[in-house]
Amino acid sequence: MKKQNWLILLAVVLLTVLPLWLVPQLGIGVVSGPDGQASELFRGADDKAQRAIGEIAPDYKPWFAPLLAPASAEVASLLFALQAAFGAGVIGYWLGCAVTRDKLRRESQDKEAHAD
Amino acid sequence: MHIMEGFLPVEHAIGWSLASLPFVAWGLRSVRRRLREQPEQRMLLGVAAAFSFVLSALKLPSLTGSSSHPTGVGLGALLFGPLAMVPVGFVVLLFQALLLAHGGLSTLGANLFSMAVVGPFVAAGLFRLGRRCGLPLAGCVFIAAALGDLATYLTTSIQLAWAFPDPAGGFIASLAKFGGIFAITQIPLAISEGLLTVLVVNTLARFNPEELKGLALFARRGARV
Repeated sequence: MKKQNWLILLAVVLLTVLPLWLVPQLGIGVVSGPDGQASELFRGADDKAQRAIGEIAPDYKPWFAPLLAPASAEVASLLFALQAAFGAGVIGYWLGCAVTRDKLRRESQDKEAHAD
Repeated sequence: MHIMEGFLPVEHAIGWSLASLPFVAWGLRSVRRRLREQPEQRMLLGVAAAFSFVLSALKLPSLTGSSSHPTGVGLGALLFGPLAMVPVGFVVLLFQALLLAHGGLSTLGANLFSMAVVGPFVAAGLFRLGRRCGLPLAGCVFIAAALGDLATYLTTSIQLAWAFPDPAGGFIASLAKFGGIFAITQIPLAISEGLLTVLVVNTLARFNPEELKGLALFARRGARV
């Protein structure tokens, strides 16, 4: 079980890191932008979809604008980090509780076994 | 899978919002009833929501040269049923729409439908099917979470292709284009999400076997791994 968990973590890390190295090697996804220069690698798929809409329906105008936009990419990454940190905090709390409870349960079982 | 603010024509935006609305109401009722009947499940529900918070904040690079993020709703859909994930998805999407200008209010209905309705229902359905066919728990969890994630991105592609059919090739050409952007990019990320979900379920089975037994989807065959 333990080994399986480590293998899973390793696979996830590889799945995330390999594209960073493979994509520039194989030259996938290098699409030249409107100005003829290769566009940035690893842009968000949401952005790409937005651009595709522009190609399919050049006349389409968004009819609603975001009420609040993060002041900069840094502020946006702050908020994304907060979102992830909040989630990770809850999971960490649960993990701590679960492991401790399991340990206490086992200790009390041991004690009962010794008492008999 | 976030369709940007204002990037769905008005009729589509309203239509998807109307389509999602009953699921939100239904989902809230389902969560409230579960917490009343089994208050000890509160912590696990929190973990499922937190898992979705973490995963949907992580934008990962993919083999197509663009980045996207998993949704993390598969875990909760397996543990608590697909409806429980609708309110969770709603909170995540609202937070990102209001504060991050990521997705939007006008596209909230469409995004909610793909992430919090289609994804969880596909995940829970496949999980049930896999268990009925006698597949091992870890395999079922992986398939359910990974394909649920992929189903979300396919739905987004269909939503956009429907709203913006290609002038020459129509819906199909448009679907191929958006599918190439979303669904293909998502394949490695869906695998990651499936693996991470297996990791959490392994941990649950190790430390919370009692709680797992109380969950509908796991109850039938017990929580043996």
